[in-house]
Amino acid sequence: MKKEFSLEHRRYLAKKKQNAALVWALRFGILALLLGIWEAVTAFGWADPFLTSSPSRICKTIMSLYSDGTLFYHIGVTLLETLIGFAIAVVLGCAVALLLWWSETVRKVLEPYIVVLNALPKIALGPLIIIWFGTGSEAIVFMTVLVGIIVATLHMLNAFMATDGGKLLLLRSMGAGKLQILQKLVIPSSLPSFISMLKVNVGMAWIGSIMGEYIVSRAGLGYLIVYGGQVFKLDLVMSATFILCILAAGMYALVVLLEKVIVKNAES
Amino acid sequence: MKNEILRFDNVTLTYHTKRGETAATENLTFSLNEGEFVAVIGPSGCGKTTLLSLAAGLMKPSSGSVTRHGTCGYMLQKDELFPWRTIEKNIYLPLEIKRQNTPERRKSAVELAKKYGLSDFLQSYPPQLSGGMRQRAALIRTLAMEPDILLLDEPFSALDYQTRLNVCEDVSSIIRSEEKTALLITHDISEAISLADRVLVLTKRPARVAFEHTLDFGEETRPIKRREKPQFSAWFEILWKELNI
Repeated sequence: MKKEFSLEHRRYLAKKKQNAALVWALRFGILALLLGIWEAVTAFGWADPFLTSSPSRICKTIMSLYSDGTLFYHIGVTLLETLIGFAIAVVLGCAVALLLWWSETVRKVLEPYIVVLNALPKIALGPLIIIWFGTGSEAIVFMTVLVGIIVATLHMLNAFMATDGGKLLLLRSMGAGKLQILQKLVIPSSLPSFISMLKVNVGMAWIGSIMGEYIVSRAGLGYLIVYGGQVFKLDLVMSATFILCILAAGMYALVVLLEKVIVKNAES
Repeated sequence: MKNEILRFDNVTLTYHTKRGETAATENLTFSLNEGEFVAVIGPSGCGKTTLLSLAAGLMKPSSGSVTRHGTCGYMLQKDELFPWRTIEKNIYLPLEIKRQNTPERRKSAVELAKKYGLSDFLQSYPPQLSGGMRQRAALIRTLAMEPDILLLDEPFSALDYQTRLNVCEDVSSIIRSEEKTALLITHDISEAISLADRVLVLTKRPARVAFEHTLDFGEETRPIKRREKPQFSAWFEILWKELNI
């Protein structure tokens, strides 16, 4: 469907494009500027790189981690824990939300428990988790699930409960049962909320896994950060943090991609 | 005398809330014959929607009885089309719910849509349609169930005046040509007069039938034409007075 646009419209489009390019240029500009200043202050000796590290030292640290073969090992460990924890939290959270939507009694009975679990700082359960799950990845995955599941449950329950009253009445007047209402109306209309829940939970999953690694771990990015802090290797702390930023952004980008695919499918 | 298709016999319905109980209807009695178009008007908040829920079987009366012969289709104030479905898929919705999603039923539903001017919009999504077109699609969706009675709950009240008159005309001609029985709930007196064969006037809550009129427009069923007739303003005056008693 190729269309001939008027000159004015082409100018409008060109301007839009220009604007977008400018925004991207400024984004990279700010990053380059910050990194440049950081590098400069340490290079000229205005700040002690022992305390602040510097972009070049971060590069070197990452290179050395790469050359002794532990870079991808640590990334892999944390990434796997995060992804498994994320997946379990999302699936279980949705399942619990469905159960709560289905039965008003269950919802009323469990409400105070959920409120308390939501308010509880999960890190308080750290010692228990170590005792129950040991010091391996299971403990960290459990922590990740714990941090994410309540958010997923509450978010999805809100979405399910917010289903349009008129549409519910319409389906009931057609003689729809609860399962049909769920299938035809509640789930499809909650899809946007599901995506926003995934976005929130990406953040929650990283909080969970890194927090878990702080408490108990022998490998992973959280471990590198804690270890780096203990032996005062700020380069290591900064490097691991930098890698975390990239991974978290990547995971978020995947959710955005998923959103685009789903929206596109819903419209075809 | 045509067959009676819906009957309310001394229907009383009481709502219970923590704060107390409210009687929505009390000893409500009326009946609806096959092929008839009946409008129900009443002061706002008099329990008109309750009446439709009772007729649809979504609520059970506290006492009295509701007898219905046949199935009913509900058309609401808003079109309630599902925005993630195309118009065509929206029209199939009742077939899916009733597990009658057969090729024949789908075909007849699509034919109905085409007959009433929706052929160009079948693959569109609801937000791409005008308010009037959406309400028309909602009516076709209701008709796709092949209901014996249509329950119309102020189906035009969400539309602007211009669209409202047009959609009113549309809906009237579709219902008349499909020879459907319809029960229309409205607070708009002129809408009731321009559409119905018979008008019931309800009292304030708890609702009872206060007055009942058979309109004398003869064969004229087109709302716009009816609005031009001299009886129109006479009926308007009568109903207006009765509503304000």
